[in-house]
Amino acid sequence: MAIEIPSIPLGDWIEGGLDWLTSEYSVVTRAISRVTQTGIDGLNDGLMWLPEWGLLAIIVGLCWWVASLRLGIGAALGLALIWNLGLWEPMIETLTLVVIATFVAVVMALPVGIAAALSERLYKTIMPILDFMQTMPAFVYLIPAIPFFGIGSVSAIFATVIFSMPPAIRFTTLGIRQVPVELIEAADAYGATRSQKLFKVQLPMSLPTLMAGINQTIMLALSMVVIAAMIGADGLGSEVWRAIQRLRPGDGFEAGIAVVILAMLLDRVTQSLRKGRKS
Amino acid sequence: MNENRNVKIRVRNLSKVFGNQPKKALELRNQGLKRPEILDKTGQTLGLSNIDFDVYEGELLVIMGLSGSGKSTLIRCLNRLIEPSEGEIVIDGENIPELGEKALLECRRRHFSMVFQNFALFPHRTVQQNAEFGLEIRGVDKQERTRVARNALHQVGLDGWEDAFPNQLSGGMQQRVGLARALANDSTVLLMDEAFSALDPLIRGDMQQELLELQHRMQKTTVFITHDLDEAINIGDRIILLKDGEIVQIGTPEEILTHPADDYVARFIEGVDMSRILTAQHAMRPVRATAREEDGPRTTLRKMHEHGLDSIYVTTRDRKLQGLVVVDAVEKASKEGRESIRDFMTQDFRAVGPEEPLHNLFAMFSEKSFPIAVVDDSHRLLGVVVKGAVLDELARAAEPAEVREDGNEKANENMAAAGDA
Repeated sequence: MAIEIPSIPLGDWIEGGLDWLTSEYSVVTRAISRVTQTGIDGLNDGLMWLPEWGLLAIIVGLCWWVASLRLGIGAALGLALIWNLGLWEPMIETLTLVVIATFVAVVMALPVGIAAALSERLYKTIMPILDFMQTMPAFVYLIPAIPFFGIGSVSAIFATVIFSMPPAIRFTTLGIRQVPVELIEAADAYGATRSQKLFKVQLPMSLPTLMAGINQTIMLALSMVVIAAMIGADGLGSEVWRAIQRLRPGDGFEAGIAVVILAMLLDRVTQSLRKGRKS
Repeated sequence: MNENRNVKIRVRNLSKVFGNQPKKALELRNQGLKRPEILDKTGQTLGLSNIDFDVYEGELLVIMGLSGSGKSTLIRCLNRLIEPSEGEIVIDGENIPELGEKALLECRRRHFSMVFQNFALFPHRTVQQNAEFGLEIRGVDKQERTRVARNALHQVGLDGWEDAFPNQLSGGMQQRVGLARALANDSTVLLMDEAFSALDPLIRGDMQQELLELQHRMQKTTVFITHDLDEAINIGDRIILLKDGEIVQIGTPEEILTHPADDYVARFIEGVDMSRILTAQHAMRPVRATAREEDGPRTTLRKMHEHGLDSIYVTTRDRKLQGLVVVDAVEKASKEGRESIRDFMTQDFRAVGPEEPLHNLFAMFSEKSFPIAVVDDSHRLLGVVVKGAVLDELARAAEPAEVREDGNEKANENMAAAGDA
């Protein structure tokens, strides 16, 4: 005799909660949507206003300056290839989304990470939430994003921020907790206040670790922004998405290679920023 | 003399319990239980128990003890990096354990500068910025703190290193930065937590010397923690000996050396008085020249002249020690036209075995000025010990092997010089 165990309506609850949020806070979500969209358009138009060769030269110069001539040459070749393949505009769209999502994620992550480093209780509360955010399949975030912000880039940013924020929080916390006890003791011994300790010792000393977290956030943001093409985000992801729908592997790979080039550039530049800080 | 001096910090009945039930632990302590029993019964560690002492204005007070004696806890209770469990610490009329958060910060800024064992310099700041740290915290304006920090760096001999980062400096220089950071702050008390323990012995000796000079010049009240009694004796005006969180003895280095309060202190002193452990063979040097009984005075004079000696030991062919001749006697023999120096030898010297403790040799030097002969069981001459060599050996006793080798050369030079004299 089978005992019928009723299944817990977890999904219904969550849906109910989301519906409630959507209707109750539509003013908020709409405002967020408008602000974000303005940011995206502004940055995108700004980057597109520059001629391709101009932006290319700026990026190459930046790579050379923060890293090495080698990275500069690599950047020139990679970007030239993207331009040649006709993927310049989607690449800029993707870059815009990554930059904005990373900015929002880091701005939110820093205070949370600092607070978690200084309070053991907050730390213990926040870590499981971060685990949840990071291990939940990325696609799932796309679904509630649509009722909140509609189809398009703002939803993509929302999902991307949630998905890419955890490493920034974690590394901030780690960086601050890693500051040697003696140095904290030294600051205390000279009568430093909490904020003096934070801004003169803990934050500067955790900068390399913090930069590693930002690097991770950028990488996660890039991967999420590509996936977000499924809910209508522009950029290289939508090129891939279109290639899948039309079954054109060549186009798919071209866009994929552009993503790889962008990823490598972002990674190398942020990494050398971090190392540069150290020496 | 101490009674007349002003008390800068008065510590009374200071105790520290590590754990969450300090009251319970202190109650047991009051019933006469000791640290291990309290740990067994309550799981609480009695870090410090009933500490009473005064720090006088301008003195260099050394708190000394082995690891686990509570010395680090004690120094950290003074500026409340560690919260004391009971007792009072009064500095200029303020009882530190009772201060509120703000008053505590103010008190730390005004009264305490600390120098740490592992330097605790801020790696992201330059030497100059490190030295400025205390002033920056106090909100001193940029121009003034640059000036003061530069002056402090000058005091510790780091001119020209202002823009270097700590990781570009050697250990000794890093600790100079640590010292400059403390001096720049111009607090009333300097706390030094095993400040020289991480430095190698030669640098350490230099730093001790410099600290003494600085202290002499600035008359800064200093509390210095160390586990090394040599260091304590070298720099301390007074020494507090700690054991298992309690004070065993307070006194000047002389008082502690001559009247150790108990076995524990006495054993410590055994350790420092290396002359009881070192023996004649440690300070002995090979004999560079000996004379023979049958040698004529002219040969002997030439030998002595060649090696710059004013006395020379006389041996048989198989190096058995026969006696000593001094230069005046040999000259006399030469003038009288004698064929050998046999009749001019003296037995007025000291010969010891190689195992003779060095501290016995001191007494012998005060009797005779000749080098002491070191002989084996069959009275064969193994070497000689000159006065300077004994002191050198004692001074070097605590240093590691590679330093000693290099030091030995120096000692030989010193001995040659002693021979000349």
